[in-house]
Amino acid sequence: MASPAEHFDLLALGIGVNVKLLIDRPDGTYCFREKKDRVYYISERLLHLAQTVKPDNLIAAGTCFGKFTKTNKFRLHITALTYIAPYAPYKIWVKPSAEQQFLYGHHIIKSGLGRITENTPKHHGVVVYTMSDIPIGFGVASRTTAECRHADPLATIVFHQADVGEYIRSEDTLT
Amino acid sequence: MGRKAKFDETKKVKKGPGRKARKQPDPVFKKELLEDDTTEKKLTHRQKQRAAKRAKKKAELVEKRKALKQAKKNVAKQKEVTINDEGDNSSDEETPQGFTDDNKEWLKPKQKGKQKEKSKPKTYKSESEDEVDEEDDSGNEDDDGSEMEVDSDDDTSGKKKVGGEKYKVGTLDDLFKDSDNENGEASSEDEGADSGGKLEYDSDSSAAEKYSDEDEDEDDDDDDDMLPIEKANIKLKKKQKIDKQLADEELQLNIAKQDVFAFPSEEELQNPASLQDVHQRIKDVVTVLGDFNRLKEEGRSRCEYTDLLLKDLCTYYSYNEFLMEVLMQIFPVQELVEFLEASETARPVTIRTNSLKTRRRDLAQALINRGVNLDPVGKWSKVGLVVYSSTVPIGATPEYLAGHYILQGASSFLPVMALAPQENERILDMCAAPGGKASHIAAIMKNTGTLFANDANKERTKAIVGNFHRLGVVNAVICNHDGREFPDVMKGFDRVLLDAPCTGTGVIAKDPSVKTTKDQKDIQRCFNIQRQLLLAAIDCCSAKSSTGGYIVYSTCSILPEENEWVVNYALKRRNVKLVPTGLDFGTEGFVKYRHHRFHPSLKLTRRFYPHTHNMDGFYVAKLKKFSNVIPEPFKDEDDEEIDGKTTEKATENGDVDGDSDEEKPKSESKKPVKRPASADSAQPQQKKAKPNVQVKPNVQAKPNVQAKSNVQAKSNVQAKSNVQAKSNVKAKSNVQAKLKGQPKPATENKPQVENKVQPLDNISKKKKKNKKNKNKQNVAQTDNVKSPNTSVNTSQSPNAQGKKKKKNKNKPANK
Repeated sequence: MASPAEHFDLLALGIGVNVKLLIDRPDGTYCFREKKDRVYYISERLLHLAQTVKPDNLIAAGTCFGKFTKTNKFRLHITALTYIAPYAPYKIWVKPSAEQQFLYGHHIIKSGLGRITENTPKHHGVVVYTMSDIPIGFGVASRTTAECRHADPLATIVFHQADVGEYIRSEDTLT
Repeated sequence: MGRKAKFDETKKVKKGPGRKARKQPDPVFKKELLEDDTTEKKLTHRQKQRAAKRAKKKAELVEKRKALKQAKKNVAKQKEVTINDEGDNSSDEETPQGFTDDNKEWLKPKQKGKQKEKSKPKTYKSESEDEVDEEDDSGNEDDDGSEMEVDSDDDTSGKKKVGGEKYKVGTLDDLFKDSDNENGEASSEDEGADSGGKLEYDSDSSAAEKYSDEDEDEDDDDDDDMLPIEKANIKLKKKQKIDKQLADEELQLNIAKQDVFAFPSEEELQNPASLQDVHQRIKDVVTVLGDFNRLKEEGRSRCEYTDLLLKDLCTYYSYNEFLMEVLMQIFPVQELVEFLEASETARPVTIRTNSLKTRRRDLAQALINRGVNLDPVGKWSKVGLVVYSSTVPIGATPEYLAGHYILQGASSFLPVMALAPQENERILDMCAAPGGKASHIAAIMKNTGTLFANDANKERTKAIVGNFHRLGVVNAVICNHDGREFPDVMKGFDRVLLDAPCTGTGVIAKDPSVKTTKDQKDIQRCFNIQRQLLLAAIDCCSAKSSTGGYIVYSTCSILPEENEWVVNYALKRRNVKLVPTGLDFGTEGFVKYRHHRFHPSLKLTRRFYPHTHNMDGFYVAKLKKFSNVIPEPFKDEDDEEIDGKTTEKATENGDVDGDSDEEKPKSESKKPVKRPASADSAQPQQKKAKPNVQVKPNVQAKPNVQAKSNVQAKSNVQAKSNVQAKSNVKAKSNVQAKLKGQPKPATENKPQVENKVQPLDNISKKKKKNKKNKNKQNVAQTDNVKSPNTSVNTSQSPNAQGKKKKKNKNKPANK
């Protein structure tokens, strides 16, 4: 069982200091609960109700954030996007021509890069948006913003982690 | 979008700042261009002169014509007088027929002769000829414009003529020899005419020829005062008229021929015809059935026609006979064909905007930019869009993946709209997969409150998870229970949506396998499960909820067995009443269906058909729970109750009283006739009853099972009335004794426990089996309470699981 600390570290990678906004909410207490290696973000109120359902029969409650792998590493799932996107400090926008590539699970290359947040550090989590501001996934920046400017058109800018295409591609493994 | 020209100067356009700070002034036109049509130009001198000349000429012409006419009339009068003298059939009608030209001498007698010849075989043809003659004459005297009028009056004048002819026939006897004479005259005159360079006038020439001949005669009359072009015009008009008349005649003949639909012979039925022939035959039979008394073939009964229709429909639309028979009982033939036709074509693709993430307008704009052609689904929905065509896969656009919309049939909006969820409520969707309706509920609740999405199939719950996360639903708990056990898990929901598994007869377009695979047993299995689910749904709901206490029951089937009957069943067993669904369209639910007589309030439920509403066949009923007390179950007559014959007391769903008990035994007798499969179920049911009561009902039950003749049914009823009185008392005492627990003597229950638990377990998760064994008796009791009909299942227990699968298969269809 991974420690909650580790989990939060990873989360923080994605959304930084804003993670505390997820815990301290004005509209009730929310918490993270782990069930069958999956981590769910759920309000206390909903949690109490969900507890009446036998664990065997409970499929999911609240929002699934990710899962612990067999090697006890935490992996964010695309299902967490609902919460990550609004709080993400670093964003990247892809051109319409590159949307499809990303939705099929490919990395983002320089030529598909539309916009990028200033001062994005290397190897920090970024949320990927379309040019019409629809979040379509997240990944890890492989270069800083400055480096991107001078990068080769075919160089990878963002490593793919998760994209909304997974709702179709791997529906079974989401939970 | 250009400037608006001010053609009309009278209307002043208000000046003022518009969107543009500086507006372009209205264009100004020259006076000449704005010339008004109404003012008349002054004529020049020459023009005036010419006009005067024209007028003078015209006047002269009119004068000339008048004079001519006068002369002709005089001649005609003289002629008439001579005819009268002859003493022939000088009826009043003849007089205006006088020919007014120089040919009158030979024309008149000829015509008369013709009439006499034809008056004996009074065919349509002769009538029409007469008509035409008359018309021609009148056309002569009046102006040519009168032709139209005459045309329209054809029928009436024809009838009049018939009357006239009759009169003539009456006089024929006396004047027989005269007519001979006349004929002779006519022929001689004919010759004369021929010699005179006129046209041949054979009596046997076709009608058209004659018409044209006469026309020419007339034309000759007016030769003097008409321009050639006028003559040509008149000729053309006449010709057109004749053509039209001939065409009409032909049409009449054709219709007369078509009207008679020949019932196919045995061999014809044996040898399969081509599909087109079958289709034509279907049409014919439908028309025959539409006006049976007039169109039927002598000696054929309605049954024969309906049987033929049934077979043809099965062939043409490839249904199995059972399902077609059921459908024929639901729809009148005309509507049935429409329904079948509509079931062949898929409904338009509709999508539902996810109001949690976007607005419909924004979504529509985004999709239009992607090359999707769409429109709002209708006034009744604020979130639906119809997709007409699309250049991209509508289920894989970035908007779809980002959860801005979900593909959902228009009919699937309805139950959720009927449920009308409120914010901060606790709501249960009992059969939620794949989560379309459930996510709609969550969207309406704006992610507040709690939504329980349950589905019995674990594989399909994954679809719920995927859809919920995609659509951003965060207030949901997704669980995997058998819906019938859900009251054990949790109760006290404000609203419950039960979109029950069904045979899918409303969504045949989506899953054509329904046509051939469904039979009586499938339907029976479905409605048994539906009843249990509905009772469970009602149990889950809380009547004490301040905002809710509503249950919505919906299916994508159109069979009353799965809809009205199920609701009717629940009305009797729980403290619920029907309330309006809040859907302002759709047809009312059935109150009568074959031998069933449902509760009158079932009118409040709504049916939707593919052919009338252009959405999948659907049924929606909204129930309000007004008491959490579960009435003493009418265990004994559950099966019997199955019959809708029970004329419900309005009270019965409200009060805990035995009224409905009494009714049920009666119906029992009929039930087996209709649905034989349930006949044997009566027996086990009786066991449940209290020992005292038990004895008598058993007696009743037996005759039912053995033979279902009406006589026995009657005797049953009589016997029952006695029993009922007693059982009533019993039932009431039961109510008092045990409101909920129903502590039953174990001995009574035992046989049933074995019967019923088995099928149930088969259906439910196998895991549970072990655990349940301990509680087996309790379970059995509750199940009995819920639906004694499970006994029917015992016979089908091996199939139970297969059915479960089927039900699941059908489910996605309406999502």
